[in-house]
Amino acid sequence: MSAIISPIREPLITGNKNYHQITEDICAPSERTPSLAWVVAFIVAVSFLSFGVFCILWTIWFGIGTWNLNRTVGWGWDITNFVWWIGIGHAGTLISAILLLFRQKWRTGVNRAAEAMTIFAVLCAALFPGIHVGRIWVVFYFFPYPNSRGPLWVNFNSPLLWDLFAISTYFTVSLLFWYTGLVPDFATLRDRASGLRKKLYNFLSFGWTGAAKHWLRFESLSLVLAGLATPLVLSVHTIVSFDFATSVIPGWHTTIFPPYFVAGAIFSGFAMVLTLMVITRKVLKLEDYITVEHIDSMNKVILLTGTIVGVAYLTELFIAWYSGYIYEQFAFMNRVQGIYWWAYVAMMSCNVLSPQIFWSSKMRRNVTVTFMMSIFVNIGMWFERFVIIPTTLARDYLPSSWSYYSPTWVEIGIFLGTLGIFFTMYLAFTRVAPVVAIAEVKAILKSAGNQYTGEHAKHSHAAPHGAEIKAH
Amino acid sequence: MKNKEVLFGLYDDEEVLLSAVKEAKSRHLDIMDVYSPFPVHGLDPLLGLSESRLHQAGFIYGAIGTLTAFLFMTWVFTRDWPLIFGGKPYWSVPAFIPIIFELTVLFASIGMVVTYYAINGQGPGVTNPVLDDRITDDKFCIAFEVNGANESTVSSFRNFLKDSGASEIRTKTI
Repeated sequence: MSAIISPIREPLITGNKNYHQITEDICAPSERTPSLAWVVAFIVAVSFLSFGVFCILWTIWFGIGTWNLNRTVGWGWDITNFVWWIGIGHAGTLISAILLLFRQKWRTGVNRAAEAMTIFAVLCAALFPGIHVGRIWVVFYFFPYPNSRGPLWVNFNSPLLWDLFAISTYFTVSLLFWYTGLVPDFATLRDRASGLRKKLYNFLSFGWTGAAKHWLRFESLSLVLAGLATPLVLSVHTIVSFDFATSVIPGWHTTIFPPYFVAGAIFSGFAMVLTLMVITRKVLKLEDYITVEHIDSMNKVILLTGTIVGVAYLTELFIAWYSGYIYEQFAFMNRVQGIYWWAYVAMMSCNVLSPQIFWSSKMRRNVTVTFMMSIFVNIGMWFERFVIIPTTLARDYLPSSWSYYSPTWVEIGIFLGTLGIFFTMYLAFTRVAPVVAIAEVKAILKSAGNQYTGEHAKHSHAAPHGAEIKAH
Repeated sequence: MKNKEVLFGLYDDEEVLLSAVKEAKSRHLDIMDVYSPFPVHGLDPLLGLSESRLHQAGFIYGAIGTLTAFLFMTWVFTRDWPLIFGGKPYWSVPAFIPIIFELTVLFASIGMVVTYYAINGQGPGVTNPVLDDRITDDKFCIAFEVNGANESTVSSFRNFLKDSGASEIRTKTI
């Protein structure tokens, strides 16, 4: 409470809120009947989900032959989507863990929803390795368990197995971190509810009381989990990039992949956070908690990571040329000028060129521009993975085996289905849980509320109101 | 468990709460517990709470994860079923690093979270007594246990709560 607050810092909570008002505002969306917009969105999301489930069952029933993969292109939309979803998940952990370690207060407005997004995105991602093997009924062969085949163990030296461990760990740790943070807020909902609702939140809130000792442990646990999640999130996309980088395919076999994948993951994740936040703050009327200042901060991250990704693209091209290795040179010329040149153009323009408008603070603070940009980035990052995967495979060492790949309706349907799964879960989340971390926002009110900081601050923090007895 | 009779005061602001806790300390009053809707910094030293040792437990869990992963893969590839992958030695330690790292993080996280709920006495479906519904909203609470306390002790608690700016003073049996 004695932190020094710069008067020029922009407030992160506007509207002269007090603690009770914060509770009211954030709990309200889950306490009133859903709006028409929510119902319509939910129906649309569930329809997409259902079609996705249908396409997955179609794939399992008829086999991978229902996809357009061929002998040359063995990875298509399946792995493209997998990497895309996993990347999207990274922003949630970045916001909740890395920004916690850096003591960035603006994380409190968006961390809850971003972490939820992480969990849902990782679930969507995890679907693809499961179905792309074709025989889903023996998918338990992935796991190292004592079996009757020797026991013949899985190959612990394979990046694909590392990936399994990385993603399961990432999902578990994200879930634990998210839920631990939710418990005090579920307790707030519990203490406002009655009847069946109270019973539900009583179960979910784990008997939280808000005792000083519990808060002490809560903060200690959050900090250590953040410390663990930070290297974890960097490791996850690093390992995903190993799936490619440890192969001997020109265009994949590059040491730049781990940092480049991690930057790209954060980039696409922030874009998805912005897509969701811009809609959420509007529909749930949370503009006082997810302010333009928050959007500005996230756009700065978009600009930074987008530019890192751009540098990585150019570095790849330079190194391919500089290596003097003709196969590497061909792989990159093929990406730029080959049969999939349009994917490369989409990737470059959406990921590298378009974020440059965020050098202007006017653009960073424009909600409409931000929303459109977030969609561009989502598209661009999908194309990045598409460029890396099928484009590279379609033109391999032997011209006689060159081929072309385009998806079937089943593959497109599964992708749309994961969008449906993602949005269905996100929409359900906005009904059940507080979308903004209530306790965390309260904790920063006196250092980031607009009555305490910024140019219109009414109270100077040096003389807190209401303090009656002097400390001895 | 025996029912507890609790006398508690509710405060409207964490800064009033902090000075009240200081005051209680100087009057040598035995606070049962302090409840708040969010963590109040500066409260723990006043209440004599030392830093949590959860991170030490986390280190131990993590170390167990490290050893589990390392020893298991070593056993599989050198004893149980040695296989050559890509012409590398059986015991190719660098290739074990990713899985060792992941299991370290996994064990540490799960272990710490389970420990955290166990020592807090919390878990799915657990119901702990709540003194006032507004403690998870906007009230800060100092609670004293008054089971079998004599009249003068109770009134000293009551006077303290009044003096230190509590907006409400109540008793509740939990």
